[in-house]
Amino acid sequence: MLVVNFLLLGAVLFCIGIYGVIARRNAVMVLMSIELILNSVNLNLLAFSQLHSNVDGNTFALYIIAVAAAEVGVGLALVLLVYRNRKSISLDELSEMKG
Amino acid sequence: MSAVVLASDIEVAQNIGFGIIATMMIVGALKVVTSKNVVHAALALVVVLAGAAAQYLLLAAEFVAITQVLVYVGAVMVLFLFGVMLTRAKLGVDTELNNKNYLLGVPVALLMLGVMVYVLLDGFGDTRLPADREPVPIWELSDSIFKPYLLPFWALSFVLLAAVIGAIVLARKD
Repeated sequence: MLVVNFLLLGAVLFCIGIYGVIARRNAVMVLMSIELILNSVNLNLLAFSQLHSNVDGNTFALYIIAVAAAEVGVGLALVLLVYRNRKSISLDELSEMKG
Repeated sequence: MSAVVLASDIEVAQNIGFGIIATMMIVGALKVVTSKNVVHAALALVVVLAGAAAQYLLLAAEFVAITQVLVYVGAVMVLFLFGVMLTRAKLGVDTELNNKNYLLGVPVALLMLGVMVYVLLDGFGDTRLPADREPVPIWELSDSIFKPYLLPFWALSFVLLAAVIGAIVLARKD
């Protein structure tokens, strides 16, 4: 099996995730797109791990899954806080820090 | 490479499985970023994450696949659905999900995709995975986590602890 299959699938998912981060206004949707990006990176790590018969890629993939879980927890807590204060999670209304 | 192509060389079954799951994942991912309904997008994300777990199995990474199912499909998706409900997202079609100039994302994504496809095909165009790939033994994985990568593992434990406490502090009412 060609290793480039998995790498190309990772690239496609990564670009779809990038589009989602740019295009979406709803904060929860942006977090979902970030999950897509993290998963595509995991796919690449595991493909290279298998290509070089080295277990390090699996270790990194597990660490990325753990970091992603932490990121979603904190991210959703922040989104809830923003919602409670503004009754909206539209990201382009959060412009207080613009000079 | 010999002139005769053997069926075992091109691994028909694995490639067909890969193709089906990959198509499913790409369709699901496109639905995540284009759907006008937040709950539908979350359910499409389940398809993508479960498909990723299946691809990990094809890559003979059993433990990571199981972790993916437990953590992502089990925990993260429940968190997302809670997030959708607690922020009282409009159930049904919501026209306010995209930015005004969201079409700007298309050329950016396509440009990145073009560059990455070119580089990947150039660098790994005909590299094959080892045909006799075995599932990664879990003892080898645990040796890797607890010997050379012990320090990142500790750091990760503190990251998780900080995330749990931080999420509670942020989401508290008072």
